[in-house]
Amino acid sequence: MYVAVKGGERAIDNAHSWLAEARRGDHGVPDLALAQIREQLSLAIDRVMAEGSLYDPDLAALALKQARGDAVEAVFLIRSFRTTLPRFGATVPLDTGAAQIIRRISATYKDAPGGQVLGPTFDYTHRLLDFDLAKDDSVAPAPELPAATGAVPHILSHLNAEGLMQPESAGEGDVPDLTRAPLEFPATRPLRLQALARGDEGFLLSLAYSTQRGYGRNHAFIGELRIGYVRVSAQLPELDFEIEFAEILLTECESVNQFQGSKTEPAQFTRGYGLVFGQSERKAISMALVDRALRARELGEDIGTAPAQDEEFVLSHCDNIQSSGFLEHIKLPHYVDFQAELELIRKLRRDASAYQEAAE
Amino acid sequence: MSDYNFAYLDEATKRMLRRAILKAVAIPGYQVPFSSREMPMPYGWGTGGVQVTAACLVPEDTLKVIDQGADDTTNAVSIRKFFARVAGVATTEATAEASIIQTRHRIPETPLSEGQILVFQVPIPEPLRFLEPRETETRTMHALEDYGLMQVRLYEDIARHGEIARAYAYPVRVQGRYVMDPSPIPKFDNPKLNMSPALQLFGAGRECRIYALPPFTHVESLDFEDYPFQPSKAADQACAICEAADSYLDEVITDDTGGRMFVCSDTDYCAARVAARQGDAA
Repeated sequence: MYVAVKGGERAIDNAHSWLAEARRGDHGVPDLALAQIREQLSLAIDRVMAEGSLYDPDLAALALKQARGDAVEAVFLIRSFRTTLPRFGATVPLDTGAAQIIRRISATYKDAPGGQVLGPTFDYTHRLLDFDLAKDDSVAPAPELPAATGAVPHILSHLNAEGLMQPESAGEGDVPDLTRAPLEFPATRPLRLQALARGDEGFLLSLAYSTQRGYGRNHAFIGELRIGYVRVSAQLPELDFEIEFAEILLTECESVNQFQGSKTEPAQFTRGYGLVFGQSERKAISMALVDRALRARELGEDIGTAPAQDEEFVLSHCDNIQSSGFLEHIKLPHYVDFQAELELIRKLRRDASAYQEAAE
Repeated sequence: MSDYNFAYLDEATKRMLRRAILKAVAIPGYQVPFSSREMPMPYGWGTGGVQVTAACLVPEDTLKVIDQGADDTTNAVSIRKFFARVAGVATTEATAEASIIQTRHRIPETPLSEGQILVFQVPIPEPLRFLEPRETETRTMHALEDYGLMQVRLYEDIARHGEIARAYAYPVRVQGRYVMDPSPIPKFDNPKLNMSPALQLFGAGRECRIYALPPFTHVESLDFEDYPFQPSKAADQACAICEAADSYLDEVITDDTGGRMFVCSDTDYCAARVAARQGDAA
């Protein structure tokens, strides 16, 4: 007699052994060191840190190695680790104006105090495969200047000074924490920005693109895009001074959007804001555009059916760990529900054909 | 295991979960928001159930985990191994021996008893979600007890198909107040929810909701006077292994010429019946 398949436990163990073997690949090829991943796949590291919400390049390298290079799987590993860490408190607000800049551009001014700094960018490279890289990866040192010292003011602060830029409210009380309280709607802007900062890059890119193509259209200029190292410090309860404990690389984008004014607000420029761990311009710009789109209600703009303006839609679906988990759960057995559906469909068909016969 | 706390979660997180569970027990059928943690298994694979189980477990507990009614389906095995590893609790496949049972998509056939806890894994906790996608709207509808939309939907089913075309996740009303999603159990299992002596807890991790049915809660499947609720299963069939005619059956395809057989979805129930019969014969 046929007996339903047993042995799930052994099958799982064997599958995991096979996975470990497949991850390692050909033993004739040297093992990949974490330092190699960290140093030479740094943008992959940055994405894992950003969407994993944990700034630790070494752990991100380990996660990427374990995940066989799958970014979303690596983010998942980092998130599962992060959730076990205690939360000590919040840092003092970061001063991105004091960042040690490696790249800083503005599309709204030809030049501004602090200058345009292109930095290590793919922009203006011709996307031609460099076959030399396949042979020998020796790189000539890039020309250097002495590091600039002192703060570089944000470009939008010049518009602020003229009163043309809508001022941002300072915010009150403790910063909310998405990972320690359930997301409820309507969400505040700090909470929205937090969700977007760890949201899936591809999803935010598509949403931002959709606003450019007319779904919630609001033309954005890149007021400023800056990438730089920012000092992180905290105020400890026992001490009356701040302790600086880290320096992290951040990408920040401020978009400038025209706003023609509404019943409550005068005509002025408004801002969309993006801030991401590591070097990730695509994500930071996308985030700024989506942030601005989500401000439609607060600014009294006409709201149609554009997905990017719909807070519940965006925030409920931007997390790739939630979405990939739920998407892939349909791989799990559903025999029971399917059986119930099967019986229902058979019954409905029986009823319908009986009705048809009666009619004939 | 020394590198993780008992049952994986830290005590502060467990306290947060227990508070949510207590609130859920106090308001049967009401969805309590809780700050769901990221767990080391994917969302949609039982993270809500795992968090509820972790919050309830004590070292003396005996845990049973089923998926589709079976103890040996892959995800049930995975979750059982997880708790055996991070909590070191005893595990069992026997429904009667378990103090906590975590389940996906089924309620065991063996009646539960007082003192037992049944933890359901829930994908979409909101019974109104497929009628209204917005959380802000559905919360208001629950608050106002505005369930007309659901009744209309069920009525439309009858108008179109001659019956309510819902085979699983069939909505229930709890203690005459909240409409609740019983998780995707077949509607065959719905009557077991009613007046159960066990505590029934529902965890939805991705959606950050916990809800509960305290023991001996009145749970009614939605219906109409002239179209009463009918639990259903494979018609006129008995289990090919244990010959039970009263259990929920899975259909198994046995060849490529349309051959099929029906077997109990509850593997423990089936195996116990076979063992009892062999005992009688001997």
